[in-house]
Amino acid sequence: MRVIGARRIIDPLPIYTMWLREMKRFLRVKARVVGSLLMPLFFLAFLGLPMSFMPARQIPGLEGIGYLDFLAPGIVGMTLLFAGTMSGASVIWDKEFGFLKEVLVAPVNRFSVILGRSLGGMTTAIIQALVIVGIAVAMGVKLSSVSGFFLAIVIMILTCAAFTGFGLIIATKLGNLEGFMAIMNLIVFPIFFLSGALFPIQSMPSWLRYIMYINPLTYGIDGLRGTLVGVAAFPLWLDFAVLLILCVALATLGSYFFSKMEAD
Amino acid sequence: MNSVIEIENLTKEFDGLVAVNHITLNVGEGEIFGFLGPNGAGKTTAVKMLCTILNPTSGSAKVCGYDIARQRNKVRECIGIVFQDRAIDTFLTGKENLDFHARMYHLDRKTRQKRVAEVLDLMDLKGKENMRISDCSGGTQRRFEVARGFLNHPKALFLDEPTLGLDVQARRNLWDYIKLLNEKEGITIILTTHYMEEADYLCHRVAIIDQGRIVAIDSPEKLKQAVGLNLISLQIAQGSSGSLVDSLKQLSWIKKIEARDGSLELSIDGGEERIPELIDFADNRGLVISSIKLYKPSLEDTFLHFTGKTIREVEGSLKEVWKAWMRRSGKR
Repeated sequence: MRVIGARRIIDPLPIYTMWLREMKRFLRVKARVVGSLLMPLFFLAFLGLPMSFMPARQIPGLEGIGYLDFLAPGIVGMTLLFAGTMSGASVIWDKEFGFLKEVLVAPVNRFSVILGRSLGGMTTAIIQALVIVGIAVAMGVKLSSVSGFFLAIVIMILTCAAFTGFGLIIATKLGNLEGFMAIMNLIVFPIFFLSGALFPIQSMPSWLRYIMYINPLTYGIDGLRGTLVGVAAFPLWLDFAVLLILCVALATLGSYFFSKMEAD
Repeated sequence: MNSVIEIENLTKEFDGLVAVNHITLNVGEGEIFGFLGPNGAGKTTAVKMLCTILNPTSGSAKVCGYDIARQRNKVRECIGIVFQDRAIDTFLTGKENLDFHARMYHLDRKTRQKRVAEVLDLMDLKGKENMRISDCSGGTQRRFEVARGFLNHPKALFLDEPTLGLDVQARRNLWDYIKLLNEKEGITIILTTHYMEEADYLCHRVAIIDQGRIVAIDSPEKLKQAVGLNLISLQIAQGSSGSLVDSLKQLSWIKKIEARDGSLELSIDGGEERIPELIDFADNRGLVISSIKLYKPSLEDTFLHFTGKTIREVEGSLKEVWKAWMRRSGKR
């Protein structure tokens, strides 16, 4: 019998295998690739552009930049929120269509399984986010600096990982497909709308601000805005710290629940 | 014969319902072993425990010498599984699915390529490997799943209702591949089924399972014999059958003779080899047998016999069984 590292927590080959599967699945469904880019594009073109024609110079948080510049990082954050949550939650599909069993009876540590799967989902999410950045730039959004762009990628990774973990938690705790989409929308849309993606947090009344403070995406989008276009409500270290803690906590919890998940 | 699977008092309860009730059995190396039973008998639950998907409530089992509860990963390394429900990624091609499996089982690149080609060849899937699974027929999908199941050189391959939902042709086809697999690769195969023909055709030994209990374990032949004797029905072309009846009584292997509608029904001890004996016997007495037919109890009769007796306490089950045959063979 070959001695193989079934108990190894980080097992490179299965991680790569799971990653590869996610990439193949993503690229194979053309409609999914296009569809995942259409909504952010609509937000930029049909909300960002028209709003940028309105005089908004006096609104706190919007001073000095156009609405499109303000909105673009928000839409990048939205892409990460949707794609990340979906990537985690799509475990439920694998369960529904039986493929999860094949994975769970393989002699592979479950942490490696979920790590590879999540990395795959995150790769596709970040590619989408980068395409959105590209589209925004093409529409006239000016990026503040090259170093800022690379910092933004770090923020993207943290944001995406946090929501992937969040999606996993929902999927593993919910367990079945029924009502799944409804619950997803019920949770994901409020997170998006109350994240400061569409309007600046500084101009909100304090009660609403407090709600936004407890929303993880607020920090992701603020971080993206600070790094991409140079406007932010919080210092970058704060965004970074909050995201890092959340990312570790949610990803750990998500993978823990996954490892306890019944294959059947 | 070495045992690949040793099961002792294996039991699984779900909220008070005993799905598998103190099963004890061994499966030898190279055997095709079948769990035969109706839906809900506990076959799948038993297999799931052996595959480390479910934990047993009590009792123990060893697969390839490893304990199914304490050495799960060891067990997983040495088994292959084809699940009852489809468990293959329909977005990927057959080959991609096989590659995926090979990598998950840590086969290196060279071994993987060689092995994938081998299993494609053995399952006659060449030319279909680059089709998306969703575009393949049910039978082909199933064959890919079986191919995947033995890709990693398992010592034991579990097939949970392998031909469920396949048409007759695809089913026969898959049976032959399963046989081939057992012969060529020497893999021990454990399958569950509720198709009598399937167990009869494939299995070296069958465990009849009903309501979580094993009611009988033996080869399909022996199980069928346990039900009762074979039956020969013959017709005489010339002369009176009356004289034959008297002389037939001398033969020790004929247990019972009944004359019915111009034909004779003999309950015999033995099988086909009795036919020429009978013909000779009649010939020596100047009689010509115009037709002769041998009826064997099918596994279905066996199943009715064992489960009927244990659960419903059917009176005179032997008679029932024979009646059932007669109906099926269109004699009456």
